[in-house]
Amino acid sequence: MNAQAQTAPILSARGLRHSFGSTEALRGIDVDIHPGEVLAVMGPSGSGKSTLLHCLAGVITPDAGSVTYQPGPAVGQSVTISSLNEAGRSRLRLTEFGFVFQFGQLLPELSALDNVTIPLLLNGTRRKDALQRSAELLDRLGLQDNGTKRPSELSGGQAQRVAVARALATAPKILFADEPTGSLDSLAAENVLTQMLQLVREAGTTLVMITHDPRTAAYADREILVRDGAVAAGYQVAP
Amino acid sequence: MNNSLALLGLLQRQPSYGYDLKHSYDRYFGTEKALAFGQVYATLARMARDEFILALGDETGGGPDRKQYRITEAGQERVSDWLFTPDVPSENLQSNLFAKTVIALLTDDDAARLLELQRAEHMSRMRALTKLKQGASILQVLICDHGLFHIEADLRWIDLTGARLAQLKKELQGA
Ligand SMILES: Nc1ncnc2c1ncn2[C@@H]1O[C@H](COP(=O)(O)OP(=O)(O)OP(=O)(O)O)[C@@H](O)[C@H]1O
Ligand SMILES: [Mg+2]
Repeated sequence: MNAQAQTAPILSARGLRHSFGSTEALRGIDVDIHPGEVLAVMGPSGSGKSTLLHCLAGVITPDAGSVTYQPGPAVGQSVTISSLNEAGRSRLRLTEFGFVFQFGQLLPELSALDNVTIPLLLNGTRRKDALQRSAELLDRLGLQDNGTKRPSELSGGQAQRVAVARALATAPKILFADEPTGSLDSLAAENVLTQMLQLVREAGTTLVMITHDPRTAAYADREILVRDGAVAAGYQVAP
Repeated sequence: MNNSLALLGLLQRQPSYGYDLKHSYDRYFGTEKALAFGQVYATLARMARDEFILALGDETGGGPDRKQYRITEAGQERVSDWLFTPDVPSENLQSNLFAKTVIALLTDDDAARLLELQRAEHMSRMRALTKLKQGASILQVLICDHGLFHIEADLRWIDLTGARLAQLKKELQGA
C-alpha cells in the first residue's frame, strides 16, 4: 500500500496472550509496527490497550506469544523482547525506547531540566552534554523559560511537554505514549501533540500512541482498534 | 450554510461588485466549493428585489455584473437576525446510519461490521482534515476544526452504539 508496508516491521507481535488472575487482558494479538510510522491504538476502556503497550515495550512479559524488535535492516540484529529477562528488558527500555504517560511521570522534587537529563545520565551521557541536549529539547518544546521550575509549578500542558522532552532525550527508536494528552483541554492537547509529532517525525522515531480521542488519533498514519483483548476485524495484520 | 446571508453579511463591510463579493466569499467559505458567478448574481438580484441591498448609481446601465451594491437597513437587520438566532441542532447526519444499524439488527445482519466500516471512514476523513491543518492559515484551521469536531461527535456515537449493540438487538427483537 505504501513504502512502510514494504519495509520489515521494527516491532512485530504474534499471538500475544496475557492474563491478570482470571482476567484475560490479551487474547491473541498480532501487530506489526513499521519504522517511522505513527500508530494510534484505540479501543474501549479495559479492552487491553495498556497491557498491549506494556508487552510491546518489554514492561511486562506476555504469558504467550512473541514480540520481536528489529531496529535496523541488518540480519541478526533482531531481539525477541518477550524472551529477555528483566535486566535485558530494562536495558532495552532505557536505550531504545521512550515513554510518555497521562500523568505522574515527572519526579516532583527535581526541576524540569533535571527531569529531562535523568535518562541521559542513566545511559552514561556526560553531564555537560546531557544538560545541553535537555535544554535544547525544552527549547524546541517552547519551555525555555521553565527549565528551573518543578513539576508542581508547571501547567498540565507544560508538564506533558517536559515528559515528552524526557522521553525523547535519549533519541529512542520507538516512543510509546499512553494517553499522552488525556488530561489536557483541546487546545493544550493539540499543542503538545503537534510539538511531539514534529520532533518525532524529524527524528524518524516510531510512535505508538494509545488514545481515546479520535482527534488525537487523526494525527497518526493509521490506527488499530483493540476490543476485548483482540484486534478488531478490519485492523488485523494481513496474513 | 446559508450562502445568501453570508454574501449579505460580507456586503456589510463595504459596497461591492458581485465579482469582488464572490472572491471574498470563496476566500472565507468556499475553500471546498467555490461559488458560481451565476449563483452570486442571481442571489444579488433576489436580495435587491427583497430590498436587502441597493444597486448604486446605475450609470453603466448594465446587468448585475456591472453594478455595485450596498446593504440597506433592512438587510442589516436580516443579517443581525441570522447571526443571533441559534441554529436548530441537527441530527440529520446520523439518521441514515441509525436506520442502517436498526435494519441490520432487525434482519440479523452484521451491525458491528457496518459500524466498524463507518468508523474507519470517519477516521480517514479526520486524518485528511488534520493533514489540511498543517501549515494552513488560522481561518482554514478553524474550518477544519469545525469539521473535525462534528465528525468526532458522530464517531463517538458510533463507538457507543457499537458497545450497546447487544442490548439494542435484544430490545429490537423483543419488540
Ligand atoms: N495490573 C493489573 N492487575 C489486574 N488486572 C489488570 C491489571 N492491569 C490491567 N488489568 C485488567 O486487564 C484488562 C485490560 O486492562 P488495560 O489496562 O490493558 O485496558 P485499557 O484498554 O488500557 O483501558 P483504559 O482505556 O481504561 O486505560 C482490564 O480488565 C483490567 O482490569
Ligand atoms: Mg490504559
